[in-house]
Amino acid sequence: MATDTLIGAGFTDPVFQSQAAFRALLVALSEPGTPQAVSGGVAPPEGLHAATATTLLTLADYETPIWLPTALRDGPAGAWLRFHCGAALVEEPRRAAFAVIDGAAPAPRLTDFDPGSDQFPDRSTTIIVQCAAFHGGGTVTLAGPGIATRRDIAPAGLRPGFWAEVAGNNAAYPLGVDLLLAHADGVIGLPRSTQIGKAA
Amino acid sequence: MTVHQTLPGDETSPAYNYAYLDEQTKRMIRRALLKAVAVPGYQVPFGSREMPLARGWGTGGIQVTAAIIGPQDTLKVIDQGADDTTNAVSIRRFFQRTAGVATTEATMDATIIQTRHRIPETPLTEGQILVYQVPIPEPLRFLEPRETETRKMHELEEYGLMHVKLYEDIARHGQIATSYAYPVKVEGHYVMDPSPIPKFDNPKLSGNPATQLFGAGREQRIYALPPWTDVVSLDFDDHPFETSKAPHDCDLCGAKDSYLDEVITDDEGGRMFVCSDTDFCAGRRAEGHEGRLGGDQKSSKTFANSFEGIWPATAGAR
Repeated sequence: MATDTLIGAGFTDPVFQSQAAFRALLVALSEPGTPQAVSGGVAPPEGLHAATATTLLTLADYETPIWLPTALRDGPAGAWLRFHCGAALVEEPRRAAFAVIDGAAPAPRLTDFDPGSDQFPDRSTTIIVQCAAFHGGGTVTLAGPGIATRRDIAPAGLRPGFWAEVAGNNAAYPLGVDLLLAHADGVIGLPRSTQIGKAA
Repeated sequence: MTVHQTLPGDETSPAYNYAYLDEQTKRMIRRALLKAVAVPGYQVPFGSREMPLARGWGTGGIQVTAAIIGPQDTLKVIDQGADDTTNAVSIRRFFQRTAGVATTEATMDATIIQTRHRIPETPLTEGQILVYQVPIPEPLRFLEPRETETRKMHELEEYGLMHVKLYEDIARHGQIATSYAYPVKVEGHYVMDPSPIPKFDNPKLSGNPATQLFGAGREQRIYALPPWTDVVSLDFDDHPFETSKAPHDCDLCGAKDSYLDEVITDDEGGRMFVCSDTDFCAGRRAEGHEGRLGGDQKSSKTFANSFEGIWPATAGAR
């Protein structure tokens, strides 16, 4: 049997690995801009960072449709998520509860995903943005709930205009998508409530 | 994906999943919690489960705690500030049995504090999580019973009715008479019910370094305040928000600035005022502070619950 048709392992200890990963995600989204390690020792399928794979194992199931770029959806990542999470993989970004995008790719835009509705802003997409690194990019300054004064981050490998999109997302508050920047086994939370400014 | 664990003393039969809830339920609650911290003050609907205690006894708080707790956590549970009342004792024991966590009564040692109707006097620190048990999460519910309407009011930020209610307080009583569950506005948007904490505690909601999670089991709502969130108690320019407490010092530890319970001590009008927060009071007494009746009492709530407190002169007759 060819090894490329095999689906890799998920959590070895789902209860405690998902609990630990969730706590890291809770801190990530309640203290935006702080890098959090979510690695549960999961070997991710090709195309997903460990943090992306662990986050989806922790949060996604048959109730949460996932959007992936076509190449990932048709590859081992799609099969891995279908098998371990039991989640539907959807083609339309707007139907997704979770989405994985490449931070450098020009499409899809953040506005292509579901921002929730006026009465139910919680029904919006959570987007995992896979990026090249958490430092070395242009510095942006964050402010808002979860941040005492100001916090600077400089993730690299994001498309031009990405921060304008994030600022636009914040402008629609309380509607909007929530972002998790993912690299290797780390995540940085950027909920819709976070205001984006260029570093002074 | 269900992983069974065995009850202590029974190594053969599988009992419940870790922390009682099944993994699918935990995922659902965790997703709701993440949306709740992303939109502070907004009430996220969730599929509240049957718990092994009656709704209204803290099922919302228990489900939130069960979804976040892990073996590395240290849990503290308080009911009206006290660690040793029935609700607090049974919830603490529930998590000892189902999650095997360490428990504590010391506010500063806890990583998760589940609370009913108080915020501890000892300031919370970064990394701590405060889980509130909430009876009625909708601050507008007694003004507008229809959920479809209150949803719209939150959507449109139409909170005039709440100000009318506070104004009627002033018209009738000369001041804002609402003394607990005092409505707050979060980050300039959602009006939120802080659960029935005394308004004495309202200033601690804002800019708190701890994460505050609110669970309403019967009403199936979860909401949250991330650390350093701006929370403003509603008021008027000419009637600004004021905290209130009994104008006394604690009779056990002498604290001047803590929230007090009034305890009736006999049938001749005798009474004492004691800290509602038992850990705070005990900590101060251990440091040597002493109030009017300081001396030999163990804890404020033990005193309140004991008959010797109510009928000290008739101890021999019992």
